[in-house]
Amino acid sequence: MAKDNNNVETMIRSEQENKETDKINKVVLETDKLTKKFGGLIAVNNFDLKVNQGEISSLIGPNGAGKTTVFNVVTGIYKADGGKVLFKGKDLAGKKPHQIIKKGIARTFQNIRLFSNMTCLENVMSGQHCRSREGTWSSVLQTPKQRKEELKIKKNAENRLKQVGLWRWRNELAKNIAYGNQRMLEIGRALASNPDLLILDEPSSGLNDKESEDLIIFLKSLLKENLTILLIEHDMNVVMGISHWVTVMDEGKKIAEGLPEEVYSNSQVIEAYLGKDEEEEE
Amino acid sequence: MKLNNGTNNKKLFAYWPIILFIIIFSIFPFVINAYWVDVFFFFGIYALLGLSLNIVLGEVGLFDLGHMGFMAIGAYVTAILNTNFGIPIIILLPISAIAAGAFAYLVCSPIIHLRGDYLCIVTIGMGEIVRLTLNNNPFGVTGGPNGVFGIDFPSLGNFFVVDNSVKFYYYIWIIVGVTIIGLVNLQHSRIGRAWNCIREDEVAAESTGIDVRSYKLLAFVLGAGLAGIAGNVYATKLMMVSPESFSFMESCMLFCIVLIGGMGSIPGILIGAAAISLFPEVFRAFAQYRMLIFGAVMVIMMIFRPGGIWPRKRGAIKLESLLIKTGEENG
Repeated sequence: MAKDNNNVETMIRSEQENKETDKINKVVLETDKLTKKFGGLIAVNNFDLKVNQGEISSLIGPNGAGKTTVFNVVTGIYKADGGKVLFKGKDLAGKKPHQIIKKGIARTFQNIRLFSNMTCLENVMSGQHCRSREGTWSSVLQTPKQRKEELKIKKNAENRLKQVGLWRWRNELAKNIAYGNQRMLEIGRALASNPDLLILDEPSSGLNDKESEDLIIFLKSLLKENLTILLIEHDMNVVMGISHWVTVMDEGKKIAEGLPEEVYSNSQVIEAYLGKDEEEEE
Repeated sequence: MKLNNGTNNKKLFAYWPIILFIIIFSIFPFVINAYWVDVFFFFGIYALLGLSLNIVLGEVGLFDLGHMGFMAIGAYVTAILNTNFGIPIIILLPISAIAAGAFAYLVCSPIIHLRGDYLCIVTIGMGEIVRLTLNNNPFGVTGGPNGVFGIDFPSLGNFFVVDNSVKFYYYIWIIVGVTIIGLVNLQHSRIGRAWNCIREDEVAAESTGIDVRSYKLLAFVLGAGLAGIAGNVYATKLMMVSPESFSFMESCMLFCIVLIGGMGSIPGILIGAAAISLFPEVFRAFAQYRMLIFGAVMVIMMIFRPGGIWPRKRGAIKLESLLIKTGEENG
């Protein structure tokens, strides 16, 4: 299986090299000296991150490195204490999460956060909230315009549900479907907002080998939609299998970045994950 | 087209309990005596109040134990404007709704970020402040503990006057009916879904693009507006208002309506309202044990049916594929 992954990896690499010769990659998301403190703890410290258009970028690091905090700052759940987040060249400072998703950044959560007492279809329909605009009165009166929009929402939701392979569970409550399906549903909900950048927080955690392999194939298929993906991941198979670019984080700082196998062989990265050699000898 | 007709008939057939319900309700006043017509009027008032609290508590999951405060605003706006300036009740119906909604907006804006029990405590305070303010007769307009007397009947000119029990019965149930249609429409719109999302998970809702703060406020304003309408009807039925009608205990009763019936479930709310308003009348003989039975029922309910008597059933949105129906699917 590892061999397969290697093959795929080299394929992606060659694709990427081709692309690089064609044009200089456009940066979609950029953080500039991002800092976030919790009391005395500096969770993210002068962190720079670049995500290129149309690529899958990964953010990896040991537990507690501050990866999720970066995601939460980018998506507006936390306010940055310093530095900037630029999306398509525009500063996202002071924007609330619901405004940021409207700009085109959708996300999933590490511990799945679905609307558990709503059906799968309703979950995905809710994902389109920021792309629809009918108000209270038109909803109360069910104006023709509102019905039309509602139909559009349902159609989009159907498309997305089929895309993530959950159409048969459409009328099941989100809490009742299998764990792997819940992960896919959350991705489907994020996709329903037609994002430019999809941020996934450990999408393969809790999935078995088969499921994470399917996930890899699925994420790659998303690139065709002109989507950019940023993910946090622990599973090295997934990271090495799909990433075009890997950024490594430890104790709130960036310690390395580069192509997957460059990072994989980087001594500092190995140190961060496995501890220092000297300490072991002592 | 044929197929379409078939589905329409099926739809109509599926609605038979509702149609039966409407028929029974419209012939009801002719088979029962005046006393029971009045009881059913108050059932209607409680149903309207339950539906209004259901928006806040059932759909969005915000604990509001001061809901009677909004009704009081509606009732007093009606009473004061009608007795002092002679403005017709029908015109005051929307005005009392707007007044209660505006009051909710002003009062809830600063507290809307509070969660769960914290919000609950603040709304209790709010309801009590409204009641105590009315009780203390500010600027001599609320009449203190005696309240305001001599409110007119609702009328359209001179030819249509709601002046007896039977007319009031139809008056309130038409309002309830219209409200139910509006609320069902809301439930199946993006607004209703957004409210439910907030109830399920606030952080996820915010990240899904829902402006949590303004949707919570919207729920409060709409809920208060409906309570204001209930206040208007209540004031004209009794022809007087007094602060004691809007006590904390009444707010608790509304809370129970939603909990007993089922949060977010409109048929549930009607059942809950019936439970609160009809059973005390049916079991008049055991009046002194009423609260005992009531408490026991609440405990049993919470153990065996925590979702309420008739919880909202989800999932019947659309079974068939839209794409296949409209012929857009390729494969």
